[in-house]
Amino acid sequence: MDIQAIRSQFPILEEKVHGKPLVYFDNGATTQKPLSVIHRLSDYYTKENANIHRGVHTLSQEATTAYENARNTIQKYIGAKENHEVLFTKGTTDSINLVAYSFGELLQAGDEIIISAMEHHSNIVPWQLLCERKGCKLRFIPMDDKGDLMLDTYVELLSEKTKLVAVTHISNSLGTVNDVKFIIDKAHGVGAKVLIDGAQSIQHIKVNVQELDCDFYAFSGHKLFGPTGIGVLYGKEEILNQMPPYQGGGDMIKEVKLEQSTYNTLPHKFEAGTPNIAGGIGLGTAFEFLNSLDMDKVHKHEQELLEYATTALKKIEGIQFYGQAKEKTSVISFLIEGLHPYDVGTLLDKMGIAVRTGHHCTQPIMDQFCIPGTIRVSFALYNTKEEIDLFISALERIIPMLKN
Amino acid sequence: MSIQEKEQEIIDEFAIYEDWMDKYEYIIELGKDLPLIEEKYKTEDRLIKGCQSQVWLHAETKDGKMKFTADSDAIITKGIIALLIRVVDNESPSDVATSQFSFIKEIGLQEHLSPTRSNGLVSMVKEMKLNALKAVK
Ligand SMILES: Cc1ncc(COP(=O)(O)O)c(C=O)c1O
Repeated sequence: MDIQAIRSQFPILEEKVHGKPLVYFDNGATTQKPLSVIHRLSDYYTKENANIHRGVHTLSQEATTAYENARNTIQKYIGAKENHEVLFTKGTTDSINLVAYSFGELLQAGDEIIISAMEHHSNIVPWQLLCERKGCKLRFIPMDDKGDLMLDTYVELLSEKTKLVAVTHISNSLGTVNDVKFIIDKAHGVGAKVLIDGAQSIQHIKVNVQELDCDFYAFSGHKLFGPTGIGVLYGKEEILNQMPPYQGGGDMIKEVKLEQSTYNTLPHKFEAGTPNIAGGIGLGTAFEFLNSLDMDKVHKHEQELLEYATTALKKIEGIQFYGQAKEKTSVISFLIEGLHPYDVGTLLDKMGIAVRTGHHCTQPIMDQFCIPGTIRVSFALYNTKEEIDLFISALERIIPMLKN
Repeated sequence: MSIQEKEQEIIDEFAIYEDWMDKYEYIIELGKDLPLIEEKYKTEDRLIKGCQSQVWLHAETKDGKMKFTADSDAIITKGIIALLIRVVDNESPSDVATSQFSFIKEIGLQEHLSPTRSNGLVSMVKEMKLNALKAVK
């Protein structure tokens, strides 16, 4: 894989921060955007802007076609059976809330929902709200100290009361790649549906929703080289049809009478109001960018970065890693004895290096390890070993500054 | 020295640092030298929890002047606390209550006092002023 050719597609990587070349290691929070996506957004606003699904004029027709084409591109990429199983949302959080509300309406008091100990807050709180609303019970798959889910316990948690299992495909804090195929098959064995939080997946590994056989798959555009404010909820047609609408408004109705309305078909039933048109179109372009890559090579490159950085970090005295799962993506969470993550993050920033510090919206994980947070570096396909060298030498400069 | 003079003194001190790392080296030294809050005051009600770092603040009034001691788990946060306290310690409650701490911006550390930074400092400044306001009455 020609990394320089890929880097040249990401203009932000040429930027300087505090006079130093930017080293961007916060890809778990959001990824940078290739020129194709940036140009697609500006072209849309420059030449094509119009509201969709509601005009006979040329621009509206063209914008509608572009938006629907984006849906088709995404459908093909994730292997959905139908294009109307791809719902546009604001992002992962919005997708999960949609399911928690609408699918949640089908649940009853005493029903159980299983999540895991490594979920992002956005895959915890919507279920807590649902449990409060409906009197359902939330159960948890525990995690061992390496950051692997304890799947034996999971199997024991399953029963005919289980109505939904919602777990992350890949942990944003620890990098753990969960065996979601196993989780899905076991859940289906008791008749439960499964939602996979795919926020950290598609940018790193190939995902096929039909092969996984998940019932829902949620992700955000901004983490896979697309715009912010747009994401997807994939859902199986049959289940989406059973679910009541999430929000009411324009586009989602077939017929409105003052007393009562009838709802539109999928996907419109779940897409009330004027959507993020530019975002949807830009997300389609981000998927075209993914299509131009060989994901096996991307994965191999990122694994090399992971190994290279881990080996270098291991030499640092007092370093402690969090997340050493059997299968991991290119995320390293760590602490250095006696050093506060806030201090390390602040000084790295002054040297041009962007990392994440804190609890990464996964407080239960931090509680399990009894730490307030970690320093997290997360690599994307455009990162290089040279950047890791810069990061390590920055750390070597910072550590003596902070130690007493 | 007035609050303003103290602020100017800090601005002058920082003027000699051209490089960010040198500036931070100095802040870290200040953090290490900060006279610590007494252990008995490190209680839950004096703890200001930020998402990134935490701060303890103890305030009292003696002979009509405000006295502050504080601590933080992060050393850079502590260094900035040292600067804030240096400016308002031993000042009258009304001066503390109206202090703007504008020198922080001048020395380029504004980011640490941003609410989104979530390091406990914004709440600490608020807490200092609230304590001063109580003492004015
Ligand atoms: C695993 C995981 N789930 C959910 C989210 C929430 O994504 P968003 O904020 O884009 O809705 C994130 C993003 O940080 C994540 O990493």
